Amino acid sequence: MDDKGSTMAAALAGEPHANTPKPSFSASIAKFRELGLLVFIILLSVGVQLRNPSFLTWENINDMATNTAILSILAVGMMFVIITRGIDLSIGATLALSGMIAALTVGEFPGMNPILAILLGMGVGLVCGIVLGFLVAKIGILPIIATLGMMNVFRGLTYVAGGGKWVSAHQMPASFKDMATGSILGINNLIFIALIIYVIAYYFANHTRTGRQIYAVGSNPESAKISGINTDKILWLVYAIMGGLSGLAGVLWVAKFASAQGDTASGYELSVIAACVLGGVSIAGGSGKISGIILGSVLLGIMNNALPLINVSPFWQNGIQGAIILIAVLVNAIVKRGVDRNNLMRRKI
Amino acid sequence: MDTRIITNKRDFSLKGFFLQWEWMLVLIFIGVNIMNMSLSEYYWDYNNLRDATMNFLDKAFIVLPMVFIIILGDIDISVASTVALSSVVMADLYNMGVPMPLAVVICLAVGTVCGFINGLLVVKYKELSAVIVTLATMIIYRGIAYILLEDQASGSFPDWFSFLGWGYVGSIPFILIVFAVFAILFAFLLHKTVFGRRVYAMGNNSTASFFSGIQVGKVKIIVFTLTGLMAGVTALFLTSRMGSTRPNVATGYELDVIAMVVLGGISTAGGKGRMIGAILAVFLIGFLRYGLGLVNVQAQVLLIIIGLLLIFAVAVPKLKWGKNKPRKLT
Amino acid sequence: MAEYVLELNGITKTFPGVKALDNVYFKLKPGEIHALMGENGAGKSTFIKVITGVHPADEGEMIMNGERVEFKTPNDSKRRGIAAIYQHVTNYPDLNVTENIFMGHEKLQKGTKRILWKEMHKEAEQLLKELGASFSPKTQMGALSVAEQQIVEIAKALSVDAKIIIMDEPTAALTRRESEELYRIAERLRDRGASIIFISHRFEDMYRLATKVTVLRDSKYIGTWDVDAISNHDLIVAMVGRDITQLFPKTDAEIGEELLRVEGLGKTGYFADISFSLRRGEILGLTGLVGAGRTEVCQTLFGIEPYDRGTIYFKGKEARIKKPLDAMNYGIGYLPEDRQKQGLVLEWGIGRNITLPALEKIARKGSINTAKEAEIAKRLAEKVGVKAKSIFDLASSLSGGNQQKVVFAKLLTADLDVIILDEPTKGVDVGAKSAIYEIISDLANQGYGIIMVSSEMPEIIGMCDRVAVMREGRITAFLDRKSITQEAILKASMADEAPVD
Repeated sequence: MDDKGSTMAAALAGEPHANTPKPSFSASIAKFRELGLLVFIILLSVGVQLRNPSFLTWENINDMATNTAILSILAVGMMFVIITRGIDLSIGATLALSGMIAALTVGEFPGMNPILAILLGMGVGLVCGIVLGFLVAKIGILPIIATLGMMNVFRGLTYVAGGGKWVSAHQMPASFKDMATGSILGINNLIFIALIIYVIAYYFANHTRTGRQIYAVGSNPESAKISGINTDKILWLVYAIMGGLSGLAGVLWVAKFASAQGDTASGYELSVIAACVLGGVSIAGGSGKISGIILGSVLLGIMNNALPLINVSPFWQNGIQGAIILIAVLVNAIVKRGVDRNNLMRRKI
Repeated sequence: MDTRIITNKRDFSLKGFFLQWEWMLVLIFIGVNIMNMSLSEYYWDYNNLRDATMNFLDKAFIVLPMVFIIILGDIDISVASTVALSSVVMADLYNMGVPMPLAVVICLAVGTVCGFINGLLVVKYKELSAVIVTLATMIIYRGIAYILLEDQASGSFPDWFSFLGWGYVGSIPFILIVFAVFAILFAFLLHKTVFGRRVYAMGNNSTASFFSGIQVGKVKIIVFTLTGLMAGVTALFLTSRMGSTRPNVATGYELDVIAMVVLGGISTAGGKGRMIGAILAVFLIGFLRYGLGLVNVQAQVLLIIIGLLLIFAVAVPKLKWGKNKPRKLT
Repeated sequence: MAEYVLELNGITKTFPGVKALDNVYFKLKPGEIHALMGENGAGKSTFIKVITGVHPADEGEMIMNGERVEFKTPNDSKRRGIAAIYQHVTNYPDLNVTENIFMGHEKLQKGTKRILWKEMHKEAEQLLKELGASFSPKTQMGALSVAEQQIVEIAKALSVDAKIIIMDEPTAALTRRESEELYRIAERLRDRGASIIFISHRFEDMYRLATKVTVLRDSKYIGTWDVDAISNHDLIVAMVGRDITQLFPKTDAEIGEELLRVEGLGKTGYFADISFSLRRGEILGLTGLVGAGRTEVCQTLFGIEPYDRGTIYFKGKEARIKKPLDAMNYGIGYLPEDRQKQGLVLEWGIGRNITLPALEKIARKGSINTAKEAEIAKRLAEKVGVKAKSIFDLASSLSGGNQQKVVFAKLLTADLDVIILDEPTKGVDVGAKSAIYEIISDLANQGYGIIMVSSEMPEIIGMCDRVAVMREGRITAFLDRKSITQEAILKASMADEAPVD
């Protein structure tokens, strides 16, 4: 059986050498993408540095890193949502609402432990996410419609909660604002938190059953049902995670910028989606890696920081970001078509 | 051979007639009016109501083609950005010395091109959904508007231009007349023509439509292009109404427009819904806004209400009709 | 130990409007390979879905090892050691092979619930090796060929140590040599003590593997025999229900001038060197195994998919067909294989469906004349004999046969010369089948040239003037009316030897 068995595999694989393992073409594309992103990031940094030496100063790098930390925390959540073929446009509003409520609370109780404020913000975000998850998973509303609607509800609630006013720096206790500047083990708190989230998310996505089920649901929802995966639960879960992370990001944002406003992070969801798409998260669902979205976030973070430094008007940022999203998804689509065509060429007629 | 009875006469069912979503809208509409009347004594006044329509009809022009897009099972969230870009280009050109009539034509042309690009991308890259394509163009179009005008306002249009948004023909607002004409045209296009029938067919079953010889890509591009054109029309009226423009005009219009379409009974799954429903929803939301505005309800609370209405409109049919046969509106 | 691992008694399953299984019996012994045969639409797929718990039965009982069981979800059957390998591979293209094998029963570390990747990869590699596959378990599933994916599905069944393995047409997309390997794998599984339910359209599979055969026809249980004890002819009669030649109303239509000629048509990865001609009044059969490229050829002729080599001549002139509309303008019509997905708008009435391809004809300056539409729809619906109360009856409310008649009526709205029929009687009950054969025969008499794709040999033999047999994307034989036999078709559609590597 054994010797004949290998001939079958050889015939199936369409290769004369049955013993050489066949490298997966699309897998190598994925590797190529991350390498490409990394190279691009380095080239961009070098280029910007040559134009403006203040780019790679400790202060600026720190600023970039803390900004990127918040962006990438949100991108982690968004990655899970997009893997299930969904999208969440409400995160900017969720972030604002949680940040606002946390800021108001610490303003009211200045003695409050910052950790409690974080938990409070995450709780608010979690509730928002659970509501969304309910609408998407249980009622079956399209994610784009549900999150578009709730985006406005959350945004409206933020204004109402703040009474139309800002919560500004002097209303927040120092302990709260210090969260963004303090450090643990010599690493800035925001970056530290982001790193922890990467590790947890990586472990969750790759080494737990639920994490893999998220990929399964996105890769083939019908099969997922047949193999007994509770798809409703998975959908609900990803929106809840997204909400919780938005809440966390909201508190960190408010602490970092020392202000909570009605229009905090308005439109920020677009940057987050851009980071995911750049990082290779497929809009069609089923694939996406933590390493990819970190690189995507870093690239976006550098661009946002670097453009003003090389005298690109801040008004170009929107357009550039949109173009990046479009180009990234188009390149994804074209690469995918190439892979498919290649697979067809391998078939013998 | 057995005899077969096939008739081509449709039975009329009174119950079926009244079980239509549009009657529900009429009831809500009446309810909203009663509520508004009890909230404010200034509400039920012909002149006030007439002028109120002038405030909300600008975005209604996009509702008309958006009905087609949602019937196709697609979505276009770039419309507000298209409005902003068309408006900004028009104002910029006018201030650079281009005659206003030509600037108006260019405004419509810019909208049309934006819509065409959306359609082209959606058709050529089927693996990308309309959601992601229009999300990207939404950022790009508004981004270009920012590049052109940065954070400035641009205006001082000729006097005749303000007639669009502020003028009356007799005692009827000009914008209302234009909207009525467009509404009739679009309703005719959707319900009475070959094109409209094809749109419904594609929304229900795109593959079968393609196999039946319908040029599905062409139909889709036309629909997206029409949407761009109507966003240009909205840009004209909005700019006229405001007297000047900024890159951030029409922010959030996409939500309003989609909310109106969905509230009008057009299913986001595609293939179902009627133009009259969306038109009713335009006035329903418009009057609701106006009434609540009269009693000083904040704009932000209105935001919440519109968001909830959108959710309500998509959730209710799924809950109520989910178990029985879905309502048939085609 | 009970005599049977699995016993089904009086299983009945009804879907809205259709009895998919009607009082079906089935007995499976340990270590037995049991073939399940029947025509398309006989109820085999539903039968599997009942066993696996995808569709729980309405009536009847299921007994496993002497114990009555009831499966409400696929998980229930999985837990009892039943694994199904479906005809259309159901997997996760974005995940790797190991995950596909272990989905739903991942190896987890006790306590932490961490996925034990190393152990899983190792076991997956072992399973793949046993099955003679050489690809790595870390390969992404979507990068594998269909045959390779099938091996993964089998590995999946092995990984749960399934006692009962259901294979739904596993050889359909395989070459002869690949099939041979599959037979060996199946035998090995049997020797390990598993019982196998083997569904196939190929007699060869059955003779080669099975010891018992159960036949279903029109959702009903016909009987179970020892494979050695039943002749080929008797088995066909059992499956078809009557001597096959009687069913077909084929008359000899007058064969006229050439309508369509195809020379060297090819499409990378699908088919190559397709050449044939079609004359007026002729019914040209196109057969071969599923996956041989028949549908792809037809869809290319109709402009659904592009071709990259060869030429199509229509009435002697070169035809450029890039989209279905082009084909329709030339006078070529296509009846698609999947009438629900490709042929009909199910939520619409019969009338609207019929007029969909010909809206221009019922419109003046783009606006539809509904009175004219209703009249045309009624006339055509009656012409093909749709059984319905009104043209406003929803297409979804019709039986399979009536739905198919509506799709035929759609073809008749246009002035056609060539009609391509892709599996015209798939999933249609016997009564409606003969009505459809009558329609086809009528069309040929009226001077249409007809290409008929079919997997059902009786209908190919009964209806066609000429048959082209395809194998692996090429035409391997043309048979004329006198030489069309089951044996000849089978011989041409199966590879004698493995394809050259």
